[in-house]
This record gives sequence, structure tokens and C-alpha cells, in this order.
Amino acid sequence: MGSQGGFGQSKEFLDLVKSIGEARSKSEEDRIILGEIETLKRRIVEPDIPKRKMKEYIIRLVYVEMLGHDASFGYIHAVKMTHDDSLLLKRTGYLAVTLFLNEDHDLIILIVNTIQKDLRSDNYLVVCAALNAVCRLINEETIPAVLPQVVELLGHAKEAVRKKAIMALHRFYQKSPASVLHLISNFRKTLCDKDPGVMGATLCPLFDLVTVDVKSHKDLVISFISILKQVAEKRLPKSYEYHQMPAPFIQIKLLKILALLGSGDKQASEQMYTVLGDIFKKSDTLINIGNAVLYECICCVSCIYPNPKLLDTAADAISKFLKSDHNLKYMGIDALGRLIKISPDIAEQHQLAVIDCLEDPDDTLKRKTFELLYKMTKSSNVEVIVNRMIDYMISINDNHYKTEIASRCVELAEQFAPSNHWFIQTMNKVFEHAGDLVNIKVAHNLMRLIAEGFGEDDDNADSQLRSSAVESYLRIIAEPKLPSVFLQVICWVLGEYGTADGKYSASYITGKLCDVAEAYSNDETVKAYAITALMKLYAYEIAAGRKVDILPECQSLIEELSASHSTDLQQRAYELQALIGLDARAVETVMPSDASCEDIEIDKSLSFLNHYVQESVEKGAQPYIPESERTGMLNTSSFRNEDHHEASMHGLRFEAYDLPKPVVPSKSPVTYTPSTELVPVPEPSYSREVHTSTAVPSISSSGSTELKLRLDGVQKKWGRPNYSSGSTSTSESSSQKTVNGVAQTESVSTSTSRAQATSSFDLKKPQVEISPEKQRLAASLFGGPSKTDKRPTSSSHKVVKSSSHTTERPPAAKPVDASEKSTPVQPPPDLLDLGEPTVTSSAPLIDPFKQLEGLLDQGENVSVPNHGAVNATKPPEIMSLYVEIAASGQSGGVVNPIPTNGDDLLSGLSGGSIKTAAPGGAAGSPSLSKGPSLKDSLEKDALVRQMGVTPTSQNPNLFKDLLG
Amino acid sequence: MIHFVLLISRQGKVRLTKWYSAYPQKERTKVIREISGEVLARGPKLCNFVEWRGLKVVYRRYASLYFCMCINQGDNELEVLEIIHHYVETLDRYFGSVCELDLIFNFHKAYYILDELLLAGELQESSKKTVARLIAGQDALVETAKEEANSISNIIAQASK
Repeated sequence: MGSQGGFGQSKEFLDLVKSIGEARSKSEEDRIILGEIETLKRRIVEPDIPKRKMKEYIIRLVYVEMLGHDASFGYIHAVKMTHDDSLLLKRTGYLAVTLFLNEDHDLIILIVNTIQKDLRSDNYLVVCAALNAVCRLINEETIPAVLPQVVELLGHAKEAVRKKAIMALHRFYQKSPASVLHLISNFRKTLCDKDPGVMGATLCPLFDLVTVDVKSHKDLVISFISILKQVAEKRLPKSYEYHQMPAPFIQIKLLKILALLGSGDKQASEQMYTVLGDIFKKSDTLINIGNAVLYECICCVSCIYPNPKLLDTAADAISKFLKSDHNLKYMGIDALGRLIKISPDIAEQHQLAVIDCLEDPDDTLKRKTFELLYKMTKSSNVEVIVNRMIDYMISINDNHYKTEIASRCVELAEQFAPSNHWFIQTMNKVFEHAGDLVNIKVAHNLMRLIAEGFGEDDDNADSQLRSSAVESYLRIIAEPKLPSVFLQVICWVLGEYGTADGKYSASYITGKLCDVAEAYSNDETVKAYAITALMKLYAYEIAAGRKVDILPECQSLIEELSASHSTDLQQRAYELQALIGLDARAVETVMPSDASCEDIEIDKSLSFLNHYVQESVEKGAQPYIPESERTGMLNTSSFRNEDHHEASMHGLRFEAYDLPKPVVPSKSPVTYTPSTELVPVPEPSYSREVHTSTAVPSISSSGSTELKLRLDGVQKKWGRPNYSSGSTSTSESSSQKTVNGVAQTESVSTSTSRAQATSSFDLKKPQVEISPEKQRLAASLFGGPSKTDKRPTSSSHKVVKSSSHTTERPPAAKPVDASEKSTPVQPPPDLLDLGEPTVTSSAPLIDPFKQLEGLLDQGENVSVPNHGAVNATKPPEIMSLYVEIAASGQSGGVVNPIPTNGDDLLSGLSGGSIKTAAPGGAAGSPSLSKGPSLKDSLEKDALVRQMGVTPTSQNPNLFKDLLG
Repeated sequence: MIHFVLLISRQGKVRLTKWYSAYPQKERTKVIREISGEVLARGPKLCNFVEWRGLKVVYRRYASLYFCMCINQGDNELEVLEIIHHYVETLDRYFGSVCELDLIFNFHKAYYILDELLLAGELQESSKKTVARLIAGQDALVETAKEEANSISNIIAQASK
């Protein structure tokens, strides 16, 4: 427990925390907190509260707010506390305000002054606390108030301050890019800071800057590569290592930046190949962080100008991911989606792994896999993929994701639809199940598509498309509770094409439309669509010379709508009535049949009115004055501009007003206008000044882009003294050579690796039979990448296609299936069992280590054939990942609050060393670097008891070490 | 960028919340409810990632405490998983075999440590040693402040005798 042992708060507060801990329900918790709020409200306004006491009240407010209650009555006291001289109180004040206030809160203006003062403090801890607050609280309006000071702090002696100043500038950049644009050269300078932490922090703003503008940072490629190289060579201080990886977080940031810089730039990319290859080699795939770096490497390789050798390495890494646990599978699928853009064939090797992921009970993984499928859709597999997507879409309730997947279905269907019939069917399904979630534009697109056909000059196909649409809609229309958007489409199509092929009579379709209008009488849009459709149908009938007999229900609908509250509906109803009264020729002109795609010519100049205008003017009417001239006379437009200008300039200013300057001539009209504005006259000139002042630095910064990093200096800072800059340059050049060599023999090497792959497949031929269903799915998803042509419509073509693909598949594919299929370690009930294992006695019934052994055994069983060597070393890592999960069992009911031996969950945090000892006897073996947790827990328990705040709910989990 | 950090217990109790993007109070409550619903319902052996409102939540369970961080769609999930671990290790170093109870009663200290690790939604320091040194520096200051306060109160006590 150490020096932080005594919790340091009053008994009262500890009791509060304790009672919250024991609350059985949310409502009980709320009741307690409301009581606490009342207490605090009363206490906090008492006169002469000692500062220590006040500090505790503030912390209690934080607690209240953390639990989701409103503590706004105390905000002002937190603000006051930031003014305090003592760092102890100031720190608490800052903590509280950063947690309480969003950047748009009114109280922030009261803190800005304090922050300004604290940024000037001699004590770097005060400066740090102020910078923390700056990052959270300073908004666009207040940036100018602190910006100069923050910039000044970039040169502070303490690296912690420099680092935080950079992060603050980064935050400013996110809020208002213009405010710090002139500081880009400063970021370039801090990139060479001697402290790695500062350099690492600088990568955050640089990443954002590069994202926005790649070109102007191309000159930094060399520096980033050199930094990355040094990091990978472990030249940074030991304290930046994380699980034996050299500064992995910095590596990841650098890889992200390089990916941006190398994208589409062959020359820049070529410089990166060597270091990327090195990182691929050096990343430890047995630990999570190693895989994180590896994943970022794959992302980088897939972004930059492609290099075959690196792509192969990336593909290998992906296949390892896909064979590992769920997290890595997820990353593997994601990486596959990135790589597939460059080498589309790569997915094929992993088809069964992908299908396993698709059928995984884990929703997250499933969704990621759908994303991958979306990326690899082509016309040969669109049906399978979209159907799967729709099935999944129907099964979920999450509206956010439903919307996304629906729009993807639509996009794919529009892009790759093999037949009109299928397209309409698919769209119907999407609309039926997610109609209200898709963008209205999708509906408009669908209507347009049905109207225009598929763009081929085949009228027959188009009319076929329409009649199949009409048919399907007449079938669906009777279903209850269709989404509004879908009904609009249905009404429109029925109105436009319902009677076009002569299959259905007008009275049949009008009857259906009336039913719709009646069933959805609350939806005015649908009613409007319905009545317009009615009008069209009647118009076509009249134009065709047939006698129109209006059904009684239609008649009553028209009457009802002509008395509607909505003027739109009324107008439509009256128009319909008027149209019915016209003769055939007039109707034909007003409502031509199938003319929805024809362009309507609009004469914007209204030239047909010229004659009338002429006449009127001759009779003495006023000539028309265009709007621009009218407003010009009254000067209102310049008024407007001014207003607008003011709005954009509105904001607090923290520096003194400028001296009034002679008004800029062009602005002179403003001064003469009878101004109702409160703005003083010099305002415009002031704003101008600001503009110019921001403009000047940007020029200077563009000049400073030529400022090159002196890499020798950088190397000296981190390298050991015996590393001279010369040696690195030679090593670079030699490795460059090897790259070239590889590039020459590249085609040979890939072909041999292919051959190896197939031979290894052959070795494992005698294997488990895969289900034919899965095989078929795989074939239909991945088979025939060459078959990208559009397929002709045929009712049975799906079956035909998949079977043909199955036969086409190379013989090697089958064994792959077998090995893949057995890979997922699936104890069937476990995966679905979401509840905790029910453990009632104090002793752990489930021995975590047994479980793990099982896991280990399975793991070995599965992949011994090809990855024995890898897996033999792998299990310990898997164990350490899952240990914490395995021992989750102790819920209520346990009497003894002292953790039993079984609770001790330590294991190989320290880099893969497993505790093999059975969980009995001395659990915390002294050989481990971690302190014995049992002893610690006992100490903590004793301490808590002393203070009389032992949680009576006896939740032993509270005492459990978070880290084993 | 990290949008927020949540610590929730197995029972759904909130242990710590830190928001780097602007969420109004009402929204925060809703977010916490949604996330704890999603995360706590997930079984073991599934991914440590959940897609949520177009963002991603990366979570990791330690004993009975869930550490959740919400990140952008394009961020590296494995990295964030390690940022969580990095935080837990730092807590562990500070508290010495940290357990949930430490965080319950010393949540403000957990905040201070988090502030040294993450700033404006980004990892600002990846060296545990540096973080530890800064926190120690702050604590030392607190100690001296306390001593001063004590000595002053002693003087007052003596004077008033």
C-alpha cells in the first residue's frame, strides 16, 4: 500500500463510498447520492470552511458527478479553488473543473485568468496542472488568450512542460486549425527534442498536419524513417520499452505517419521498405503489443507504394493473425480488407478462415467480416454476399449498424446487380426491413432506376423490369406496417407503370392505392404519393380513350383529401378532380404516359411574357428593376456583408483595443449608414489587421519548410557514443542494395513460395471432411476471381454457378479447409454462455490452470502439423491473456472477504513466464517480481477494517489485484 | 483519438469516467448505460472490441473491473488495449498491487495518473518511469504542504496555550 495507504478522507466520505458500494440497485444508489447532494449544498455555502474541508467537498462533488448526477451548484467553488495559492488545492480545483466543465461552459471565462497566471509560474508542477486544464477547457474563443504563453513553454527547461505544451497546441489545432498554422515550424523543431517523450508527443500534431496536407511534409520522410530506425534499434532509453518492445507506441505513431506520406509516392515509399522489413522481423508476435506494431506495419505496407516482398510478409502476418485468438482474428480480417485493395488474390487463401469468422458467435468479428466482404464484392459473388448481409441486417436491432449495412447492401446491389429481377427483390427486402433507416436518396435512386432502366438500349428489358417491379409491389403492398419510404416507392411505381403492361386493370390498382392511403392515414407523404399515383392512372386511362369509372372508395378518398388540413394534399385532390373533367387530348398533354425521365425545359428568362410586359410598360407601368440593383441602391447588401463579417469575427478578445485608425476607404459606406449596430467604427479595420497578422506568419512558415532536420544531431542524442552517423548511412545504402537485389529476383521468389505452399497443403491431405455447405459458400464467395463479367439472368443460375466453381477449385484448397476448420477452439456451450460460471462455495471450483492446460492442449493438437514450432512457445502468452477472465467466478455468497488462494490470479505478466505451481499453499511465490498479492490484500483489508468501512457485501473482487 | 475512458465494475458500477470529447451530462449517463450494457454482456473469449455508434470501444477486464476506451474507427485496437494495460501497470506501480478498492477510495489519484498518461485524448507519455516521477513530484509537494500546515497549526496551538 505504501505511503498512499491512509485514504486521507473523512469518515463521512468513506461511509458514502461504502454505502454506494453496497447499494443493491441503481435507485438506491440514486437515493443515497441525492441525499449527499443535499448535504453538500448545505455545507458548501457555510462560512469559513477550512481549506482542507473544502477540498474534500470538491472531491465529493467529483464523485457525485461521476455517478451521473448534477453537481453544477458546486462548480463555482471548484473554480474558486483553482485560484488558491497552494498547489495541493489548485490541483484539486483543476481536476474538478476539467471533469465538470465542457469547453463551452460560461464559467471558463473565470478560469482563463488563473490559467494565464499559472502558465507563468516558477513551479513546473503548477504549469503542468494549468496545461492539463488548457487541453480540456480552452475553446476557440479563448485560444488567443493563452496561445503566446503556451508557445513560449515549448522552450521550457522541464520536458514534462514541453510535452504538455505540444499536446495543448495539438488540441488548439483540432479546435481551430487557423490559430496555430503559423507554428508548424515549432513542431518541426520539437521533433528533434532531446527528450523522447517530447518527440513522441510531437508526433500527434504532426500526424494531423500530414493528414491534411501531405505534400508540404514530404521532406520529413527521411527524419521519420531515421527516428523509426533508431527506435527499432533500441536507441531510446530503457524506460521507453514496453514489454521488451522498444517504444512501441512511438513506433505505431510513426508508422501511421509514414503510411500517409508514402501513399502513392514511389520515391518516398522506397525509402521506407528497409525499415518496414526490419520492423516486421523484430516485432514479437507472442505479445499483444508486438502484434499491434505488426498490424500497423501491415496497414502501412498496404498504404504506401506496393512492394511485393513486403506484401508477402504482410500476408504471412495476416495468416498468422487469422489463426489466433478472437482479437487477432479481428485485426487479421481488418488487415485483409486493407491488403485486398492491392492484391485481390490474397483473400482466397484465407477463405475458410473468413467464413469461420462470418459464422462466429461474436458480433464484432462478424461485422468486421461483413466489412471485408463488402470490400471484396464483385459481380460473381454479389448475390451471396448481399443475401448474407440482408439476413444479418434482419436479425439485429442496433439501428446504427442496421443503417450502415442497409446502405452497403443498396450500394452493392446498384453496382453489381446480376439481374433486374434480383435487384428489385433485394431492394424490396432492404426497404421492408430497414426502410426508415436508409437515406431517402436511395428511394429516389430506385425510382429513377426503374424509370430509366439499366441504361441499355433495350426497351424490352426495361419494361420487363417494370412489370416485375409492379408485380412484386402488388404482392408486398398488403403486408402490414411497411416503412413510409418504401410505400412512397411503391405508390410511385404503381402510378407510373401499374397499368403499363396491361396485366392489371386500372380499377384493381387504384383499389390497392386507396387501401394504402387508408391504412397509413397518418402519413401525409404516403397519401400524397398515393393520390398522385391515382391521378396518373386515371390520366392514362383517359388518354387511352377508355372509360374511367372511379371506385367508390377512391371517390371518398378524393373527397376526404380535398378537405384535408394539408394544403398539399388538398391541391393534389383538386388537381385530380380537374384532370378527370378534361378531354383526352388535354390530359395527354398534361400527363403524358411514361415521361418521368424526359427533361422538362424551363425557360428561365420567361420570354413568353415579353409581349405582356411590353404592353404594360407602354401603358405606363414601372419597369422592372433587378434585385441586385434595387439592393445596391439601398446599400443593404453591404450591410449584410458587414453583419456577416461581424458574426465571423465575434469572439472575445484578450488584448487591448487598437488605436482608432483612419477608416479604410472601401468600408466608407458603412459609416454613413444609419447604423443600428453596436459595433464601434474602428472594428472593421481591427479585423483586417488580424487577418494580415495571421497571413504574415504563414508566409514565413512556408519559408521554413525548407528548414531541414539535421539528422546527425538526432542520432547523437539517442545513440550510444560509438555510433557515428557515418556508419548508419553506410548500412542504409547496403540494405538498399539488398532491396534492389530482391526486387530483381522477386518474381522467382514468389513463385517458389507458392510452390512451397501447395506442397505443404498436400502433406496434410488426409483430414477431416468439411461440410459441403461451407465449401459451397466458400466457392461462391471467393471462387472465380476471373469471372467478373455480368451474368445473364436465369432463375437457376446460382446453383449452376456454385457447382461449377466447386469443380474448378484447385485440389490444394480442400486440405486447407480441413486444417482451417479444426483451428477454432470451440468448446461449444462456453462461447454462448454469457453468464458467469456459478461458483457458490468459497473455494474455486474451476481451476483456472486446468482450463488453461486444456486450452493449451487443444492449441497444440490443432496446429502441430504446420506451426508446431510457433505454437510451442505461444501458449504461455495465450494463458496470460486469459487468466484474468478465467478467474471471474466469485460473485456474491462468499462469506470470507479475504481472498482465497484461488483468487490469486497472477501469472505471466512478466513476459510469458507462467506460474506452474498449483494454486494452493503459498500462492505468491517470492520469486516473482510482483509483490505477493495475498499479503497485500490482507493488509488492505485490515486497513479498511480499522477504518470501519469494510464493505459488508463481502465482495472479494474488490481486494483482488487488478494485475496478477 | 480516445473519446472517453470508463471504468465499470462487473456489477455495472461506475468507478471512473474521463471525457476527452464533449458530451453533455445527460448524454454521458446514456453513454455509460449503453456501453456497460454492451460490454458487460459479452462473454469471455470474444474480441475485446465493440463497435458502437460508428466508433469503437476497446475494453479489457482486470479482476472484476472493466477498463473501456472509446476510439475512432481508424485507430489501432491492439494499441489501445495496450494503453489500457499501460495505465493499469502504472496504477499498479503507484498503489502497489492495485485492487479495485484502491480505485474506489482514491479515484482522484487515479485521475491524476490518467492525466499524466493521456492528454487531449492522446497518449502523451509512454514511459512508466517518467509518469511515476511526475506523480511522485506532485505527491512530494503535497507532503511538504501537509507538513507545513501541521507545523503552522502547532505554532498556533503553542501560541494559544
